[in-house]
Amino acid sequence: MIRNHVLVCGGTGCTSGNSKKIFERFNALIAENNLTGDVQSVMTGCFGLCALGPVVVVYPEGAFYSQVKESDVDEIVSEHLIKGRIVKRLLYKDTIKEDGSGISSLNETGFYKKQMRLALRNCGVINPENIEEYIAYDGYAALAKALTEMTPQQVIDVIKASGLRGRGGAGFPTGNKWQFAKDVKGDTKYVCCNADEGDPGAFMDRSVLEGDPHAVLEAMAIAGYAIGSNQGYIYVRAEYPIAVARLNVAIAQAKEYGLLGEKIFGTDFSFDIEIRLGAGAFVCGEETALMTSIEGNRGEPRPRPPFPAVKGLFGKPTILNNVETYANVAQIILKGAEWFSAIGTEKSKGTKVFALGGKIQNTGLVEVPMGTTLRTIIEDIGGGIPNGKKFKAAQTGGPSGGCIPSSHLDIAIDYENLLAIGSMMGSGGLIVMDEDTCMVDIAKFFLEFTVEESCGKCTPCRIGTKRLYEMLEKVTKGAATQKTLDEMEKLCYYIKDNSLCGLGQTAPNPVLSTLRYFKDEYLAHVNEKRCPSGVCKSLVSFFITDKCIGCTLCARKCPVSAISGKVKEKHVIDKEKCIKCGVCLENCKFKAVERK
Amino acid sequence: MAKIKLTKIPFKGTDGQERELRAALAEIKKKKGAVMPALQRAQEIYGYLPMEVQQIIAEVLEVPAEEVFGVATFYSQFTLNPRGQYNVSVCLGTACYVKGAGEVLDALKIQLGIEADECSEDGKFSLNATRCIGCCGLAPVMTINDSVFGKITADDVEKILADY
Repeated sequence: MIRNHVLVCGGTGCTSGNSKKIFERFNALIAENNLTGDVQSVMTGCFGLCALGPVVVVYPEGAFYSQVKESDVDEIVSEHLIKGRIVKRLLYKDTIKEDGSGISSLNETGFYKKQMRLALRNCGVINPENIEEYIAYDGYAALAKALTEMTPQQVIDVIKASGLRGRGGAGFPTGNKWQFAKDVKGDTKYVCCNADEGDPGAFMDRSVLEGDPHAVLEAMAIAGYAIGSNQGYIYVRAEYPIAVARLNVAIAQAKEYGLLGEKIFGTDFSFDIEIRLGAGAFVCGEETALMTSIEGNRGEPRPRPPFPAVKGLFGKPTILNNVETYANVAQIILKGAEWFSAIGTEKSKGTKVFALGGKIQNTGLVEVPMGTTLRTIIEDIGGGIPNGKKFKAAQTGGPSGGCIPSSHLDIAIDYENLLAIGSMMGSGGLIVMDEDTCMVDIAKFFLEFTVEESCGKCTPCRIGTKRLYEMLEKVTKGAATQKTLDEMEKLCYYIKDNSLCGLGQTAPNPVLSTLRYFKDEYLAHVNEKRCPSGVCKSLVSFFITDKCIGCTLCARKCPVSAISGKVKEKHVIDKEKCIKCGVCLENCKFKAVERK
Repeated sequence: MAKIKLTKIPFKGTDGQERELRAALAEIKKKKGAVMPALQRAQEIYGYLPMEVQQIIAEVLEVPAEEVFGVATFYSQFTLNPRGQYNVSVCLGTACYVKGAGEVLDALKIQLGIEADECSEDGKFSLNATRCIGCCGLAPVMTINDSVFGKITADDVEKILADY
């Protein structure tokens, strides 16, 4: 009889924090103490609370141990698993009941309470490398239902009625996409999965692939049945080695169980899936570029029409959906369109996963119903901004999106609302910025990204983004005038209107949204030659005030020896030598260094 | 678009490596769209993609060498320059950037005396600025080969490098 289950998070965040060694230590100690029949250890997908990783959860108590070290494992085994005493010092503090009477459920904590986990339902619950665990949680039941009880058109009708929209960012209705591909005549069609999650700061898709790979495979097979395709391709970033490894395991297991391959469930339907690795090109997240890349070429987009549903991969009708979109499909087939469409807002149904990062307490993965406000995500779930700093902006949509100021924190998040305020849903990256972040610098950061990632095929994007970047650079160096700002705005609209693909069309968004909401910061750079956040190095200088007692610490720490002064006398910074790294300011114990 | 940097370090491939590559290519050739998987395999074998290797791929897959070169220079993961014994990467994803990854990269440049995408003369270290590697909870993050260092500051760099 298994009396305890030990779940160790095997997501990328926790793995980087050595969770693999923790898992191995558990296994070694379980064997050593003859607990093999009593305790089962499982390496799961992401729990979501990456800030507190590595995470270990022990059931049936549901003890949520956070920031576990390899050296803590012995104590958990000897105290908890052998003596049945929970190790209080390692518990996530929000799960300890206020009266000290024990632990409360994880679902009661601030981080999880307002979440609704649909796409992430199995992440952190099952062992992603064991197909039987997925099957035990209704896995492949939707595929069985679709193949044996439904016609392809019925499958598409359910997806349409559910209101599911593409989670990759643009929000195109999934059912319609499938319908187009089904209606095109052709012997060979393809089902593709976009797992080329290129937005910096976004890791939703990776977590689904790492935590619940079969959900994606099952959905792709359902999609294949619906549109009449026998071959699927998953295009996944090579930067995600764990996700790739788990997908490979999952595909092999699904084939072994006859859930992929020839004549699935004894029907005439056959479906196979192949993995293709990306090689680090952001533009390959664009659908036509992704397909060109699978074909083995430079991943450049091409004009639409013809749309992929008509002429896609290898010139055949193709559908391409994002990982998170697929992660919803099986449940919709099983629970029905009404169940799904009851969640969310009028035009955006279901949930959305966000990768919460930046200046936020609870960095991690959160899934909320559409229509949840940004404030709920940042303050209740995210736990607010650390170090008592003030919120400045939330950035959604990555390099294609925009910065949302505090005045819009109460907006209900859905596709339309975010577009209306100059940002976009994007794939789900949500980066929080505080008062120390310079909005001009952030706009420049994103432009630098798009300049580098522009594939170069069309001129407005290739040259336009570069010129826009140079203008921003001028602003951050204090060399810009009001005219520069006007020209910048004009160029933004020119790039938006004339670029070939989504990359160029959305590249100016970070500039436009910061110009819209943080114009005062731009003006401070332009008119006063001042960076209000003290980030733009050309515009700040460091100096030492009379508070200096001459401890010499700053002079010793300065990497370029720009600080001089005698012991117990006030020090001075040589402005010529100073590289404005800020080391002196960070190290001064007397707050004598100021930045202006 | 990134600038193309060609290495001046001479090609030192072995016969064993070439045999391994040719054996792999024989399999990969059967796939549709084989150039990318071929380059990925070649980079695993050689660590980078020198011209000599690209020419072997072009010859076996029967595609023009310029096409292979075009693909090899399009994607940021393909490198035409050899990697050092220790490849140091700094994540420049947004979460890391707002938490000071830029300063970490600057500190590394000073410490190692090389720019991003370069390899030190003794072949010991190479430096990269990478795209988001997805462990934003540990931001800012740098990696040395397969080891991950999270929540670091520019000050930690010297100490971390000292172990290598």
